[in-house]
Amino acid sequence: MLALNALGKIYPNGVHALARFSAEIQLGEIVAIIGGSGCGKSTLLRAIAGLDRATSGTVTLDDIAISAPHAKIGIIFQEPRLLPWLSVADNIGFGLSELPATLRREKVAAALARVGLADKAYAWPRELSGGQAQRVAIARALVPQPEVLLLDEPFSALDAFTRRDLQDHLLDLWADTRPTLLLVTHDVDEAVVLADRVLVMRPRPGRLFEEIKINLARPRDRNSLLFDNFKRRVLTALDRSLDRNVPDADPASNAGEAMWW
Amino acid sequence: MAMTVELPALESTDVVAVPAPSKRGRRWMRPALGLLLPVGLALAWEIAVWLGLSNGRLVPPPSKIFATIVELSRSGELARHIIATLSRVAAGFGLGVAAGTLLGAVSGYWNWARRLLDPTVQALRAIPSIAWVPLFILWLGIFETSKIVLIAVGVFFPVYLGVMGAIQSVDRKIVEVGRAFRLSGAAMIRRILLPAVLPAYVLSLRVGLGLGWMFVVAAEFMGASEGLGYLLIDGQQLGKPAQILAAIVIFAILGKTTDWLIEIGTAPLLRWQDGFGRQSGAA
Repeated sequence: MLALNALGKIYPNGVHALARFSAEIQLGEIVAIIGGSGCGKSTLLRAIAGLDRATSGTVTLDDIAISAPHAKIGIIFQEPRLLPWLSVADNIGFGLSELPATLRREKVAAALARVGLADKAYAWPRELSGGQAQRVAIARALVPQPEVLLLDEPFSALDAFTRRDLQDHLLDLWADTRPTLLLVTHDVDEAVVLADRVLVMRPRPGRLFEEIKINLARPRDRNSLLFDNFKRRVLTALDRSLDRNVPDADPASNAGEAMWW
Repeated sequence: MAMTVELPALESTDVVAVPAPSKRGRRWMRPALGLLLPVGLALAWEIAVWLGLSNGRLVPPPSKIFATIVELSRSGELARHIIATLSRVAAGFGLGVAAGTLLGAVSGYWNWARRLLDPTVQALRAIPSIAWVPLFILWLGIFETSKIVLIAVGVFFPVYLGVMGAIQSVDRKIVEVGRAFRLSGAAMIRRILLPAVLPAYVLSLRVGLGLGWMFVVAAEFMGASEGLGYLLIDGQQLGKPAQILAAIVIFAILGKTTDWLIEIGTAPLLRWQDGFGRQSGAA
């Protein structure tokens, strides 16, 4: 279980990015964190990843305190961040350097086939499209089989079709080993299609505002009425988190837009 | 409708038919185009001297320069001068690269080291390197040591600056990938920093080598009994412009060859690069 206990972060320039954020996330759960700009979503994710230290509070994974990057926690960034001097296969095997070469090759080949890029094993990252590069990044993060996978707006730089494609693909990959997924996103559609739970954050300082359980069976139909209802609930919570007045009762309000910034 | 179907068909046959032979032609055209101007000028001068339009005493025609080179190499003198100059450049370049890489890496990697070292190095860089010549002769004598140190000083600065700048400008996001995969300090240097700085490092080596060739001439001017720089001075003092031009031509050939060696030696390590140069090279 991933436990966040009263996490707080004040940057050296005095910005209070995160205040007393607590949550418990079970193994295999998919949780989306959503909120307005500057609500501390990325700060939170970086603290969990051990890339930045929280100023107060603790992160524990199975009762082990996390203060630096940990073998059981993987992260995928907004950009693929592939190493340009390594082939696609070597990028995927980047986190497996401690394994014997034959085992590493096997795992990399399996991962390449799993993300549908077996024919790109020896390509350079510059030869990939945005979607393909992000697939490689996902494979790179998943191949060491982390218990928790953190995703920081992983599909926000992609076009709508590729984004949908990769969302489905991510769920597909998740089903293999069922790690915990903690996803930061701007995209209400993405949160509702992927997550078991959506945590809505409120800015200045960033803190938990509302928690919405998405009780929808997978695979989820993006066009169903129920899906729309959940989207509307998340959007309403977002609006309230920013102290906006929402005509709750008005079903014709445009609160169903996919992207929410 | 019929028109719109026909047009693309015509275009596609054009595309297939035309560039195939022209591509092969272009491969030879490009270097040929670059040679056009120097070869044309040389030929024009040769003809002008041959026709008696000039006596060619101060600016000897290409045939005379070539004859001088052949004559020098027959007597074995040319090889002796080339070896002397090459070994000076090699020693100075090696020394300058070693020092520049070491200090550049230290300054680039550790902030405190940069604050300590960089102001002094930059102040020294502002001094024209030739200004050191009298001091080097006093300190190290007129023979090989002072020459090699002067070349090393010339090579040091571009390499130092190149390495330091390259390390500092390594993408923080890529370094973060290394951190997320829990790389140790040594592994971070080997697997992230070294490959990331390599393109800039190769460039600084090439700039350094160019300066090395420049400084070897200055070094050999300050009293040498052999070397291509000596050939220059000797040619001036004895009024042999063909010998001066012969030495200059050999400098050009050696400089270009050694630069090319660095380029092809490092090319396999830099195949991954995705830059403007690669694009225009492929076009």
